[in-house]
Amino acid sequence: MLRRAVSRTPSWVLAVVGLLTVAAALLAVAVLGGQTLPERTGPPIEELAVERTVLSPGTIELTLRNTGPDPVQVGQVAVNDGYVQFTGGEEPIGRLGSGTLRLAVPWQDGQPYLVSILTSTGAVIEHQIPVATATPQPNGGFVGQMVLLGAYVGIIPVLLGMLFLPAIRRAGRRTVRVLLALTVGLLAFLAADATIEAVELAGQTGAAFGGVALVVLGAVLAFLALTAVARWLQGRQSQPGSAPRSPGGLRLALMIAIGIGLHNLGEGLAIGSAYAVGNLAIGASLVVGFAVHNTTEGLAVVVPVPARPVSLWRLLGLGLIAGAPAVAGTLLGSTVANAELSALLLGIGIGAIAQVIVQIAPSLRDRATGLVDSAAFGGLAAGVLLMYATGLLVAV
Amino acid sequence: MTEPARTGTSRRRFLAGSALVGTGAALGAGALVRSAPTALGSTQHDGHGAGHDAPGAAHDVHGGGAAGPTFRSGRAVDHEANNFNPTELLRDFDYGTTSKLPDGRTLREWEIFATDHEIEVAPGVRFPAWTFNARVPGPTLRCTAGDVLRVKFVNGSAHQHTMHFHGIHPAEMDGVPGIGAGIIEPGGSVTYSFDAEPFGLHLYHCHVGPLAEHIARGMYGTFIIDPPQPRSAADELVMVMNGYNTNFDGQGNQLYAVNGIPFHYMHEPVRVKRGELVRIYLVNILEYDPINSFHLHGNFFEYFPTGTRLQSADFTDTVVLGQGQRGICEVRFPHTGRFMFHAHKTEFADLGWMGFFEVTE
Repeated sequence: MLRRAVSRTPSWVLAVVGLLTVAAALLAVAVLGGQTLPERTGPPIEELAVERTVLSPGTIELTLRNTGPDPVQVGQVAVNDGYVQFTGGEEPIGRLGSGTLRLAVPWQDGQPYLVSILTSTGAVIEHQIPVATATPQPNGGFVGQMVLLGAYVGIIPVLLGMLFLPAIRRAGRRTVRVLLALTVGLLAFLAADATIEAVELAGQTGAAFGGVALVVLGAVLAFLALTAVARWLQGRQSQPGSAPRSPGGLRLALMIAIGIGLHNLGEGLAIGSAYAVGNLAIGASLVVGFAVHNTTEGLAVVVPVPARPVSLWRLLGLGLIAGAPAVAGTLLGSTVANAELSALLLGIGIGAIAQVIVQIAPSLRDRATGLVDSAAFGGLAAGVLLMYATGLLVAV
Repeated sequence: MTEPARTGTSRRRFLAGSALVGTGAALGAGALVRSAPTALGSTQHDGHGAGHDAPGAAHDVHGGGAAGPTFRSGRAVDHEANNFNPTELLRDFDYGTTSKLPDGRTLREWEIFATDHEIEVAPGVRFPAWTFNARVPGPTLRCTAGDVLRVKFVNGSAHQHTMHFHGIHPAEMDGVPGIGAGIIEPGGSVTYSFDAEPFGLHLYHCHVGPLAEHIARGMYGTFIIDPPQPRSAADELVMVMNGYNTNFDGQGNQLYAVNGIPFHYMHEPVRVKRGELVRIYLVNILEYDPINSFHLHGNFFEYFPTGTRLQSADFTDTVVLGQGQRGICEVRFPHTGRFMFHAHKTEFADLGWMGFFEVTE
C-alpha cells in the first residue's frame, strides 16, 4: 500500500519531504545538541584579514574581514610601533563579518608601514603595507588610464600576434602542427604560472571563503562551461560527412580566444590592483614587456584559423575576445581589489586554458601515423621556453 | 599574518601577490618610470596638519597623526574596576602598622595578598594580571632604616608566588624557591621578617619561575627605606616604569607605561607647584626590554642612583635604567605650564610611556 502510494507521488514532493526531514533533524541537533556537546577549551581564536587598504593624505583606511571562528573586538591600533587615533571597529566583528578602521597616520609616500591591531584580549594582528602611496580615486581620468592600460597589455599585443596569420597560411601542415604544439606549450606555461600564483594568493586570503578551494572552484566551473560551449558550437557546425572528432579551425580559434580572454581577465585584475596599491609603475618597459609576452597569445589564437578566407571582422572579433577582458580586469582590479575575487578569477583562467589545451591536443597528432612526432614535442618545449623567457621581461 | 618583502620572478606573482593582500615586494618599482597619480596632497610632507582631516581627531594637546601617539579618543580605562588609578598611585605610600619594640626600635607590619586580577591596560584591552593587593604596580611600602619589618604574605592567587625584597636580609627571608619558606602555594601564607637596610630606593617582586612571566604579569612594587635623617621636605612621587606583553610571546611589550596605565598622565597630568621641590622615586621593572629611560622636558634634575647616597651623582634631564634599576630624581620647576616626560627610548613613548607635568603657581 505504502509502496504504491510512494510510487504514485511526484518525485519533487518526495524531494521536498526529504529536505524537510533533513532540516528538522539539523534543527533538533542545533537546539538540543548544543547543550550536550563540550565547549571549545582555550582562549578565543582571533583572526582578521585586511581585504582592502586605502591611503589618502593623513589617513589609512583598512577594510577588515573576520576569517576566524570567534568575534574579534579591536582594542587599539599601532602603526610602526606607535599608537594612533582611529575611528571604526567600535563593535565586535563577528565571523565573516567586516569592519572599517580609519587611522590618523601622517604617512610618507614610498615608506613601508606595519599596522598592529591590538584586540580586546591583547592579541596582536599585523598588516603590512609594503609601500605607502595614495590610492587612486576612481574618477573619469583614472578609468581612462586603466582602459588604456588594459588595451596596452591585452588587446594590442594579441592583435599584433595575429599579424603572423599570413605567414602561417603559407606554412605546410607539418609546420602548423608544430605551431599548434607551440601554442599548447605557451598555454601550459600560463596555466602552471597562474596556478602557482592563484594558490599563493588564495593562501593569503585567510581562507574565510575557501582559499585554494576557490581556485579549484573557478577552474572546474570554467572547464565545464567551456566544454559545454565547445559541444554546442560543434553541434551547430557539424555537417553530415565531416569528421566530428577533429574541431574545425575557426571554432578552435574561438575556443582558444575565449580561454586566453578569461586568462587575461585575471591578469588584468592583477595589474590593476598592483597599480592601485602603488606596487606597479606603469612605464614603457612594462608595456613593451607585456607586448612581447602577450603577442605570443595572439599567435596562439590564429594558428588554427583555416586556409579559407576569413573576414577581417571575424579576426578582429577573435582578437577582442582574447584581449579585451584585460581591460575589464584592470578596471575591476584597480577599484575593487579583493584577494578572494582574484583567486576565483585566476582559477577561471586556469580552467579555461586547460579546456583549450584539451581541444587542441588531438590536432597535434600526425594524421598519417596517429602519433605525436618529435617536431611537435619540440614545439611544445619551445612554447614553454618562449613564455618563460618573455615572462622575464615583465618580472622586472 | 603578513610575510616580509621578497623577491620573485613570476610577473603575476609580482603583480597580484603584492597587490591584492598588500604583502610582497615593491621590487624594482623605482626602475620603472613612475606615472603614479600626482593627486597626492602635500599635507603629509609639510610636517603638520596630517591629522586634520582624520576622523574624529582628538582635541587634546596630543591627539593623533603628527600631533603624537595616542589611544583611540573618547574612552579611558575603568580605574574603578581596575582597583587603582595612576594619579592616586603617585603619592600613595604605605607605611604599614607601627609599634615600638622593647629595645626601642620600630616594628613595622604589613599584610600583602596576591591575587589574579584582570585589568584594563588600555581602553578596550584586558590583561589577565597577577598582582599584589589587586593593583599594578603593587603598594609602595615605605619604612625607615633600622626598622624591624614584618610582611605577612597571603597567596590568594591560583598560582604559586613569593615576595622577594631587594635589600640586606637573611637567606631564609629572600623569598626565592627552595630557601626558607620557598614557594608559597595558593592559599598559603608566610611572614617575611628582616631589618630595613640599606636606606635607598628598592623594589620587591615575585621570584617564582618562570621569573620573567611572574614579573611581566604585574607582580612588583616599590620598597622605600628612608635614611635615618629624613630627606628634605618635598612633594614626593612614585613612578614605576612597566609594560605589558599582552600576547605573551615574550618578545617585548605591546604597551608601556608609568604606574600601570599607558598615556594616563597625558590626560591627567601630574600636578606640581612652581618652585616646590619635587622628589621622584623612579623604578624600572620593565620586563623583556633590556633598558628603559626617563626624560624630562624643560628642566634638569639631580639624580641619586638607587638613593643609597645623599649626594647627587648627576645633574641631567635623561637617565637610562636597566631592568630592576632605580634612582631618585629631585627637581624644581621654575616655569608654569605643561612639561612632557617620557622614555627617551622613544619607541616606548609612542607605545604609551609618556605623560605631562602640569606646573601651577
